[in-house]
Amino acid sequence: MPVSFSQVDNQYDVIVIGSGLGGLTTANRLAYCGHKVLLVEHHHRLGGLSTWFKRRGHIFDISLHGFPYGMVKTCKKYWNKAIMQSIVQLPNIVFDNPQFTLRTTFDKTDFTELLRSHFKVPEERINSFFATVAGMNFYDDQSMTTRELFERFFPGRSDVHRLLMEPITYANGSTLDDPAITYGIVFSNFMNKGVFTFEGGTDKLIGMMTDELEKNGVTICTKAKVDKIITEKGRVRGISVHGTTICAKAVVSNSGITNTIQNLTDREVYSDAFLEKADKIRVNTSSCQVYLGIRQGDRIDDVGDLLFTSKSPEFDSEELLDMNTKSKTFSLYYPKTRPGADQYTVVASMNSRFEDWANLDEETYQREKQSLVTRTIADLDKYLPGVKGKIDWAEAATPRTFNSYTLHTRGTSFGTKFEGLDISRSIFKEVAGLFHVGSVGIIMSGWLGAINYGVIVANDVDGFLRA
Amino acid sequence: MTSEEIKDLILEIIEDIDDEADFTSLDADQPLRDQLDLDSMDFLDIVMELRKRHKLQIPEEDYPHLATLNSCATYLEPLLKDA
Repeated sequence: MPVSFSQVDNQYDVIVIGSGLGGLTTANRLAYCGHKVLLVEHHHRLGGLSTWFKRRGHIFDISLHGFPYGMVKTCKKYWNKAIMQSIVQLPNIVFDNPQFTLRTTFDKTDFTELLRSHFKVPEERINSFFATVAGMNFYDDQSMTTRELFERFFPGRSDVHRLLMEPITYANGSTLDDPAITYGIVFSNFMNKGVFTFEGGTDKLIGMMTDELEKNGVTICTKAKVDKIITEKGRVRGISVHGTTICAKAVVSNSGITNTIQNLTDREVYSDAFLEKADKIRVNTSSCQVYLGIRQGDRIDDVGDLLFTSKSPEFDSEELLDMNTKSKTFSLYYPKTRPGADQYTVVASMNSRFEDWANLDEETYQREKQSLVTRTIADLDKYLPGVKGKIDWAEAATPRTFNSYTLHTRGTSFGTKFEGLDISRSIFKEVAGLFHVGSVGIIMSGWLGAINYGVIVANDVDGFLRA
Repeated sequence: MTSEEIKDLILEIIEDIDDEADFTSLDADQPLRDQLDLDSMDFLDIVMELRKRHKLQIPEEDYPHLATLNSCATYLEPLLKDA
């Protein structure tokens, strides 16, 4: 069980600030390697955006649908076998838009077949596209954009571009103008075997991770917001929480790279050259979500696990971000999500700009949220006729909600654009003992990216502590 | 450590990473990556384990030396001569 701040020691080897999947994994790996680790989290619950909440008997998962198959190996190696064994496939991925309607398992074999038979793309072109994206590495040339990549292989085929891009935009907020390598790496991860989820729900997963952290000796302290990372003569000394200092040889910030530089440390600790680059980091966009709970005793048909729906004529990154977007993803959580509980929930996700929501007065804000809920239920009716009468809880979250729970800069739900990766990887060269882990560079994002990045950073920290 | 002991050490670490790894037809001169289905994360695990067990700091630019079992032994032998 997490301890209260008064029970925390005053000296650790490492302090991890924030408990997103990256922070959790770094903490776990370092404790496993024998270091004395403190994990501090401002919220009352661990997990960052891997989270859930309860309303009137419903449990709503924020980001559980879904992640790539690589999570199986990653969870086995860096968490435990029980967590790995709870990973199951989401077999029914549905697309529905004015250009095409289809159902897929979202893997290379099925996509190859769809591109060949439904979209009439020559087979050698499909194979050459898959070979190109599979061969992409993060250190490759990043001058080609995803738009250019698509135009090279599928010129003028806005329907194919939509098939390839829409799910990835929902997965990590990237657009056609981001570097093609970020697309290729994430898309290839999913194409390996399809889309997976964690059986038992986010609450069960985070519970199992908490047990593993405690088994490895991590001290966990929730409801403790870090005011400052304390540095002295170019080195990390510790953190300050509620005016109390806790010392550590290393501090790992999982609080967002922009937050870390702008709010948790003083600018004077960094070189001008570093700040110049850091100030140019663009955070990714945020999200809106609508949570719909189906009344206990009622049920809905299985119409797919993940529905990428749109009434927009073509895929358009700007349209997706509009407050009145005609595009949304429905995640359908059937009783199989939490076997034994006869519960149905639907979570609709949209990409969104913080700026559009931040400055609304309270009355307009509540009205816009309500109208978002109304539009979402109307759109869902196409797939689940009459669903409105079965819903006994409906609630919306906006970029403001994401900002308030995660403290992320402008409520970003996908970390930063590509340039954030280099700053995250080099911050320890500016301040000895200061590290960052978290969603950066588009590729180190999402469930798999965040956990693997947690391992990479844990390796850096371990090297520093043992030097 | 002798060259043979170092190879055993590497295989032992790989077995810890993947308990289903099959070494029966392993060619010590061919990349471990292709034969054992290892990815870049697995190599990071090997580096971290060597540091934990033998206080070895292997810089990132030296990771390519860990490509095959024999190249591991050649690279690590001088570093582990007193281990």
